[in-house]
Amino acid sequence: MAGFSMRLLAASIVVSSFLLLQGAAIAQPGSDELLKMEKDPANVVMPTITYDNQRYSSLNKITAENVGKLQVAWTFSTGVLRGHEGAPLVIGDVMYVHTPFPNTVFALDLNHDGAILWKYEPRQDPNVIPVMCCDTVNRGVAYADGKIFLHQADTTLVALDAKTGKVVWSIKTDDPGKGATGTAAPMIVKDKVYVGVSGGEFGVRGWLAAYSVKDGKQLWRAYSAGPDADLMVDPEKTMSLGKPIGANSSLKTWEGDQWKIGGGDTWGWYSYDPQLNLIYYGTGNPSTWNPKQRPGDNKWSMTIFARDADTGMAKWVYQMTPHDEWDYDGVNEMILADQQMNGQMRHLLVHFDRNGFAYTLDRVTGELLVAEKYDPAVNWATKVDMDKNSPTYGRPQVVAQYSTQHNGEDTDTKGVCPAALGTKDEQPAAFSPDTGLFYVPTNHVCMDYEPFRVSYTAGQPYVGATLSMYPAPGGNTMGNFVAWDARTGKIAWSNPEQFSVWSGALATKGGVVFYGTLEGYLKAVDAKTGKELYRFKTPSGIIGNVMTYEHAGKQYVAVLSGVGGWAGIGLAAGLTDAHAGLGAVGGYAALNNYTALGGSLTVFAIPGG
Amino acid sequence: MAGIATCVPMPAISFLHHLGICDLKSPLHAAAFVAAFLTLSPPLAHALTDGSGDPAPVTSEDGKWADKDGNPTFKIEKDGTVDWYTYAGFTRYSAECLRCHGPDGLGSTYAPPLADSMKRLSYSDFYAVVASGKQAVSSSQELVMPAEGNNRNVMCYIDAIYTYLRARADDAIGRGRPDKHAPKPEPFSKAEDACME
Repeated sequence: MAGFSMRLLAASIVVSSFLLLQGAAIAQPGSDELLKMEKDPANVVMPTITYDNQRYSSLNKITAENVGKLQVAWTFSTGVLRGHEGAPLVIGDVMYVHTPFPNTVFALDLNHDGAILWKYEPRQDPNVIPVMCCDTVNRGVAYADGKIFLHQADTTLVALDAKTGKVVWSIKTDDPGKGATGTAAPMIVKDKVYVGVSGGEFGVRGWLAAYSVKDGKQLWRAYSAGPDADLMVDPEKTMSLGKPIGANSSLKTWEGDQWKIGGGDTWGWYSYDPQLNLIYYGTGNPSTWNPKQRPGDNKWSMTIFARDADTGMAKWVYQMTPHDEWDYDGVNEMILADQQMNGQMRHLLVHFDRNGFAYTLDRVTGELLVAEKYDPAVNWATKVDMDKNSPTYGRPQVVAQYSTQHNGEDTDTKGVCPAALGTKDEQPAAFSPDTGLFYVPTNHVCMDYEPFRVSYTAGQPYVGATLSMYPAPGGNTMGNFVAWDARTGKIAWSNPEQFSVWSGALATKGGVVFYGTLEGYLKAVDAKTGKELYRFKTPSGIIGNVMTYEHAGKQYVAVLSGVGGWAGIGLAAGLTDAHAGLGAVGGYAALNNYTALGGSLTVFAIPGG
Repeated sequence: MAGIATCVPMPAISFLHHLGICDLKSPLHAAAFVAAFLTLSPPLAHALTDGSGDPAPVTSEDGKWADKDGNPTFKIEKDGTVDWYTYAGFTRYSAECLRCHGPDGLGSTYAPPLADSMKRLSYSDFYAVVASGKQAVSSSQELVMPAEGNNRNVMCYIDAIYTYLRARADDAIGRGRPDKHAPKPEPFSKAEDACME
């Protein structure tokens, strides 16, 4: 087993720090331990803050009135340079901080300004580094049953003793030799830990699997493509847009055995509805990026899945981008919220897709309620067909001019919006039940896309397209922070940002919404109006998610900075500017004029407050 | 490096022969020695030199240009039209290398700027690193270049990628997609088909 842990502080501090955790850890797997813990806003017990992925905290000591007084309380360097996605957990007096490769985990003592209680640093084969498509990111750890769970870059799933950092169990979920890697944060429901896999740029066949919290035994594994048994679907009972999906729903949409190297990876966030006992997640792009090489709808890539949390069987599916031609992965988070629509309370699932459409669905049935562009620049499709009687119901109406399939191989399809980065990538949005609005970090970037023939070799990139990206026409900004009404599919307000907003948002009962920017600013804005109330420049660009917790009666806000990720790689040298002659030079000057690498955690509080 | 420093047809790299990569003008077997002595060589006395010397195109075979020493090189017409290999190099670079080495050979926080590296690296240096990989892993950095020796998407286009980066290193072409390029030569298509099979 690759891993070690150590105590860096006196045992007395360790013991005192874990008193609160001891109480929480008594709950057995199979109980509703996490359902109870997620209701205490002092803690952040899961990477999505709560099971519904709302990223809303009911802490309200920091308000729109006093947030301007925020100051840095303490900081912590992770010692790792690469892109820092995700956010720490806080359980009682302990904060758990993760890093990109080598995937170090620190337990920090909140009673002593973040002193290190233990550190876990796995030894992983560095050959995994170049098979991580978009930087060596990791989106965080999960907690249950006195253990911390981490899915490492090399697809080792490890459970650590939350008190000591010692390895309780460790298993391998896939093969990095074929390009499979772990980047997503696990989710735990009852006695199961769910993880997915990354590797859509290497032809890795996507799956979501459930492992036993107790000992790491695999309980089920559901693939994104292939035969019905592998998909864990029931041809008669698994529904799509109100109809049973039928037999061989995936196999029929691929040529030959292409589904075996067809991607549909599952590297986003997972959510859970305890009343319905359903888990929700999305699948990524079909491999390769050259659409001509894989005829058909390529099901179920680019799909929202609703599965039974116990059995894994799919209840419903909805494919957003059939036969992807632009790398619009469907993995972004599914936010579960109950809102009034047309005088009726609906159980909604809201999803801001890479493809530029924001989808509102009934999460019980998978019925499509709203699908609207959340960036007006989106041009690859005119709309999603909402006519239930139409043969193309639920499908995007693709514009031939922007279809890389239509224009073909070795042809440069120009001016496609959004770029492959998507109108939004993995950086999760937030929802405030107080305002009824969703707060969405977005990209405002377009691209030229030239697909060409590519050959598959296991463990080698399987991309098959050349892209160039640049700001959307008519401006020189590459991001927006958008407030969205999912009931109507309309933008309430939108704040332009110079660079893509690649940081997960946080909404709070204090009426403040937080997010980070690629230059490194932590920003606080008014939840109602978007007016900026506070900003602070952290040591590096922010691609992490903002979180808040309470300790010793005081509310803190924390965020990881450390630029990188796809945004960091794409932007570090500056985007190419296809329209440089039209002015606005300098508006999108290189990001490396603003910030440099380096992982650190910055924790904020209001002095005396 | 020993594993690739010969031209014996190994199954993993035998497809390279389809494009004539292992011919006499590609001194793969000499790569190790060239790399060792390169830094000792004084700069050549030409106005424009890179890691392979003077990039001026001297000979051409089926639209593929070579310098006086037989190294692949670029040919840019007065109206900006680039030869096919430079163009194909741009597209393949962007698909296979850009993720780490950044757009237009400019580098990223992940891997060095190859538009600079080609000012120092010779064709054979370049070939050796691409085929066999390179690692520099320490506590402060984790640079890992994978061995691409059996990756057809790279090795079938290695000369094109080199030509493109050489042109970038010598500032012969700017950033982004070359506006105009020579048509795809028929022999290139045939060799491509054979190599990618």
